[in-house]
Amino acid sequence: MSVLEHARHPGAVAGAPSTWDFVADRVFRGLAKAAAALILLLLGFILWQIGRKAGPGIRDYGFGFLTSTSWDVGRGHFGILPAIWGTLYSSFLALVIGGFFGIVMAIFLTQDFLPTRLAVVFRTTVELLAAIPSVVYGLWGIFVVVPAIRPMANWLYEHLGWVPIFGTTLSGPGLLPASLVLAIMILPTVAAVSQDALRQVPYRVKEAAYGMGATRWEAILKVMLPTAATGIFGALVLGFGRALGETMALAMLIGNSNQLSLSLFSPANTLAALLALNFPEAGPREVQVLMYAALVLLSITLLVNIAGGAIMTLAARNVRR
Amino acid sequence: MKRFAIAMLLVLSIPLAEAQERVRLTGSGASFPFPLYSAWFKSFSSQNKNVSVDYQAKGSGAGIQDFINHTVDFAASDAAMTDEEIAKVPGGVQLVPLTAGEIALAYNVAGVKGLKLPRDVYSGIFLGKVTKWSDPKLKAANPGVNLPDQDITVVRRADSSGTTFVFTTHLAAISEEWKKGPGVGTTVKWPTSDKFVASPKNDGVAATLRQTPGSIGYVEYAFGKFSKMEMALLQNKSGQFVAPGGKGGEEALSSVKLPADLRAWLPDPEGAHAYPIATYTWLLLYKKNADPKKAAALRELVDYCLTDGQKMSAQMGYIPLPESVSAAVRKAVASAQ
Repeated sequence: MSVLEHARHPGAVAGAPSTWDFVADRVFRGLAKAAAALILLLLGFILWQIGRKAGPGIRDYGFGFLTSTSWDVGRGHFGILPAIWGTLYSSFLALVIGGFFGIVMAIFLTQDFLPTRLAVVFRTTVELLAAIPSVVYGLWGIFVVVPAIRPMANWLYEHLGWVPIFGTTLSGPGLLPASLVLAIMILPTVAAVSQDALRQVPYRVKEAAYGMGATRWEAILKVMLPTAATGIFGALVLGFGRALGETMALAMLIGNSNQLSLSLFSPANTLAALLALNFPEAGPREVQVLMYAALVLLSITLLVNIAGGAIMTLAARNVRR
Repeated sequence: MKRFAIAMLLVLSIPLAEAQERVRLTGSGASFPFPLYSAWFKSFSSQNKNVSVDYQAKGSGAGIQDFINHTVDFAASDAAMTDEEIAKVPGGVQLVPLTAGEIALAYNVAGVKGLKLPRDVYSGIFLGKVTKWSDPKLKAANPGVNLPDQDITVVRRADSSGTTFVFTTHLAAISEEWKKGPGVGTTVKWPTSDKFVASPKNDGVAATLRQTPGSIGYVEYAFGKFSKMEMALLQNKSGQFVAPGGKGGEEALSSVKLPADLRAWLPDPEGAHAYPIATYTWLLLYKKNADPKKAAALRELVDYCLTDGQKMSAQMGYIPLPESVSAAVRKAVASAQ
C-alpha cells in the first residue's frame, strides 16, 4: 500500500512495499533520469552542430569578429560588436524597467493589498501578456509606442542633448522603444516567478514581524523582500535571459543599425535580430559567421544563467547566516 | 469481415490512385514577384485540374540553393544565376524571365506630393550626404513645393533581399561614390548614422515609413501601390523625371536587348521615358527533368504565364514583358525537357 493510499485511509495499516511498488519506482526513476540526460544531450547536440558549422568562421575571423563593428557581406568583413552591445544594452534597460514593475506588481498581488479574487484576476491578466505573439508586440511598438514617445524623446534631445544617453533624435525605431516593448514582454516572467518567491515565505514570518510592531511597509521591505530575495533574483535572471533571446519584436523595433551608441534614441542591433534577418538569404560564408554569432549569443545566455545561479547560491548562503 | 476489409481497401485506394495522376510542382525562391506568382499559379491550377503548383517565397538565395540541391522542381530568382551556380547543375539550366518589376522610392513628408528626385540627390540621400528635406538641390528640382526644414530619415531593408540587390545595383551604376562605398549586394554596409533605420521585409519598411515623418525608403512598386504610399518621380539617364508604374517600366525593358541565355540586367536603362530602377525576375528550370510529365506541366505553366498571365501583370504592379521577350522565352522553354 502506497503512502498516498495510507493517507486516504488513515485506519489501514501500511504493509511492506510490494514488488509492483518496487518496479514502478524503478521505472519512474529510470524515466526521470533518461529525461534529464536527454536534455543535456540535446543541449550538447545543439552546441556541437552550431560549433561545427561555425568552425570555418571562427578559424577565419577569430577574436576580431567580436571586436569589429562592420558587417559587410560584399567585402567579407564581419563583426558583431554593435550587436553584442545592443543585445546587452536593450536587455539591461528592459530588465531595469520590467524588473521594477514586475517586482512591484508581485508585492501588490501577494501582500494582501487586494481581495483574493481580484488578485487572481490581475495575476491572470499579467500572465496573459506572455501569450501575445512577438510580432504583435512588434507592430504595437511601431504603431503605438514610437509615436507616443517621439515628442518626449525629441524634447529631451533638444534640452538635454549634451547627456550621452539623449545624444540623438528618435527617428522611429530605436533602442528606447525596443527596450520598452521588451520590458513589457519580460514582465509576466518576472512578475510570476517573484510572486511564487514571495508566496513561499511562510505567513508566520510576516505575522512575527507585525507582532514585533513593524508597519506593513517595514514588514514588506525589511522582512518579506530579503527573505524572498533569492527567488526574486532568479526571476530577474530568467527575465534577462528571455530579453537576450527575444527576436521578432526587436527585429521590428531596434532599427537594425550596426553602430555603437550610448544614446537611448539611436537605432541599434541585437544578435537575435541579426541572425533572424540574415539567415534566409545567407550564402555559405555568411552562414558560417552567423553560426559563430549564434554561438556567441548562446555563450552570453549561458554565462548570464551561470552567473545568476552563482549569485543566487551566494545570496541563499547569506540569508541562512 | 474479410470482404468488408477488401471493400474498404478499394474505397481507400481510389483517391490514392487519383492523387498519383495529379502532377505536383514545387518551387521556391524570390519573394519580389511572389504576389504575382501566387496569383498566376492559383489560376493556372484552377484551369488545369491535374496540376497543382506550390511556391514558397524563401528568397532568391535560398531558391537557388534548393534548385542546386534538386529539392524543388523549379525555382525563382531576382538575381538570375551566376555561371558558377549554373555549373553546379549537371543537366543544365534554362533561365526564363517571366516578369519584371520596379523599385519605388516611397516617402512620408507632410503635404508633399509628386516629389521629383534628381539622380545626384537620391544617391546622396542613401549615402547620407543629403540630410535635410530643405536641401537646396531638392528645392531647385521641386519649385513651388513647400519642403520642410526637416531631417531625412532613411528606411532600408534589414533582411537580405533581392530588392536591396536591385536597388544597390542601380545606385552603383549612377554613383561612383556608392560603387566604392556600400557597393552591390542583397545586404550592404549602409552609412552609419542615427538617421538610417532598418526594418524587416517590405511590410516593415512600409510601416516604419508611415510612422516616421520625414522618412524615405525603397520598396517594390507593387507593394507601394497597394499600401498607397507617396512615391517619388526619379530622374532617368536622359534627365527626365519618371513616376513608377506607368509606361516607364516597359520602356526600360525594351531598351535592353536580351542575350541568348536570357540574362539581362538593367542597372540604368536608356530611353527618354524609361523608369530608372527596374529588373527582370527569372524562373529557373532544369534542362533535364527526371519526370517528363513534370517537364510538360512546367512548359505549360510557363506558356500560361506568358499569355494569360501577362494580362494580370500590370494591374498587380509588375511590368508586362515586351512582345520580343515573350517570343524569345517561348522558344527557349522548349529546351526544358
